[in-house]
Amino acid sequence: VTAGADAQRVAVVGAGPAGFYATDRLLKSVDHRFEVDLFDRLPTPWGLVRAGVAPDHPNIKVVSRVFEKTAALPGFRYRGNVEVGRDIQHAELAAHYHAVTYTTGASVDRRLGIPGEDLPGSEAATDFVAWYNGHPDAAAAQFDLRTRRAVVIGNGNVALDVARMLVLTRDELAGTDVADHALDALTGHDIEEVVVLGRRGPAQAAYTTPELRELGVLTDADVVVDPAEAELDPASLSWLESDAADGTARRNVEVVQDYAGRSPKGLRRRVVLRYLASPLEIVGGERVQGLRVGRNRLVAGPDGGLRAEPTGEEELIEAGLVLRSVGYLGRPLPGLPFDERAGTLCNTDGRVTDEDGAVLPGVYTAGWVKRGPSGVIGTNKKCANATVTAVLDDAEAGALPTPAGSRAAFDELLAGRCPDAIDYAGWELIDRWELAAGEDQGRPRVKIVERAELLQRATMG
Amino acid sequence: MPYVITAPCINQKDASCVEVCPVDCIHPTPDEPGYDEADQLFINPGECIDCDACVEACPHDAVFPEDQVPAEWTDFIDRNAAFEAVS
Repeated sequence: VTAGADAQRVAVVGAGPAGFYATDRLLKSVDHRFEVDLFDRLPTPWGLVRAGVAPDHPNIKVVSRVFEKTAALPGFRYRGNVEVGRDIQHAELAAHYHAVTYTTGASVDRRLGIPGEDLPGSEAATDFVAWYNGHPDAAAAQFDLRTRRAVVIGNGNVALDVARMLVLTRDELAGTDVADHALDALTGHDIEEVVVLGRRGPAQAAYTTPELRELGVLTDADVVVDPAEAELDPASLSWLESDAADGTARRNVEVVQDYAGRSPKGLRRRVVLRYLASPLEIVGGERVQGLRVGRNRLVAGPDGGLRAEPTGEEELIEAGLVLRSVGYLGRPLPGLPFDERAGTLCNTDGRVTDEDGAVLPGVYTAGWVKRGPSGVIGTNKKCANATVTAVLDDAEAGALPTPAGSRAAFDELLAGRCPDAIDYAGWELIDRWELAAGEDQGRPRVKIVERAELLQRATMG
Repeated sequence: MPYVITAPCINQKDASCVEVCPVDCIHPTPDEPGYDEADQLFINPGECIDCDACVEACPHDAVFPEDQVPAEWTDFIDRNAAFEAVS
């Protein structure tokens, strides 16, 4: 396509990191000219940078400056407060855009599948994260923190975020952009001990080393590891010494073993890292009273990886709150083939396919709904770039379908269907209000959590 | 506290880190002038957001948080900062 040719229109659905990185690459394409409409079901963009990254990690949130640069590129439009699959159907996007790229993330928590999981006090870590981060869907949520012990099931960064949020001091939390409704609850509760439970050992944990190190420098909480659990089994040890092991696993083991050698300072709260234990049953009457766990040992699986195998030993951990963080799944999108087991859109390297692997022309995916919930924010840049390479290759080959509907026709459809859709200027009004409110309070931002208020600010400033 | 690229990157310049850096603060990238001449890649300490993506991506274990840089390579902290100052 030569300069001056009409731009091809791309709808990107989901304004988190993967959506912004895909948009950026498309708008910067030299060989093909694109216009991108970036949709989000929330009024606010940035996905998990706003609603997932912990409030005490302000540095990470600086990544939003990169997204702001993308939003300033010619050809960019934001369409917030529009839910594809509800307000607008995939077929309608496909009828008006040359390509549709889904970057909707993985917002559904994987369940434990054990008895007692639905008792009050047994919660998804995602809901807890959404609540303290001021996600509009969690504005009315409540968590009963009147218990001495909480258990977090899972060994990823979300598990550590949630554990840390339960033991930060008021001073540490008050200066962040934590949702106002969560500040008192998170710092005034009775929880003295947070147990983080891993099915396998420290060498198999999924968290990153800096997250693990943070537990060692908390103001008013000790980190506790039973030396017996920090000691590696022979199979993990030989794996760790082999070339197959990654640096993160090696460093994580070092940190956990350092923790195991520490004497608690007698601080107000404790984070206890437990390993080789699987949840068997959440016990309680009216609400959660404890978690029955089974001890595991690691055995080599057929693929050479180490898997957990029950030893038969069991134990009851008394706790009034159980937060599960054992994996995340994408949400199926009406009219698109979905791999239920993986929790992803059926796709080959970012090209969405039917269940038999045949490519659906003009439909793409990137980020967690493409590959599952792995990696850190930047992993989605690489992932989105790979998907856009597929879009560019298809554009070059003339394989992008020509839509029947025009840009003006879609805008009219959207205006009729979603009169409360928010454009980028509307988001900037919200953003400016939140930043100004934060400045008044000595915080980076004060989040508006009610959807209605977000919509109001987007029109009033 | 920014991250620092150290000695194992010299003459490797794998650039896996460039692909995953969420704020594009690692230079020179293979597309930038100066890539061929550079001995190694550098992180701009003023732009790094401490996300750890580069550590996970580096096949040579060359990247460390500033306070974790091995003693024999602490001079790389200044070298990363200096590279940005001139570029």
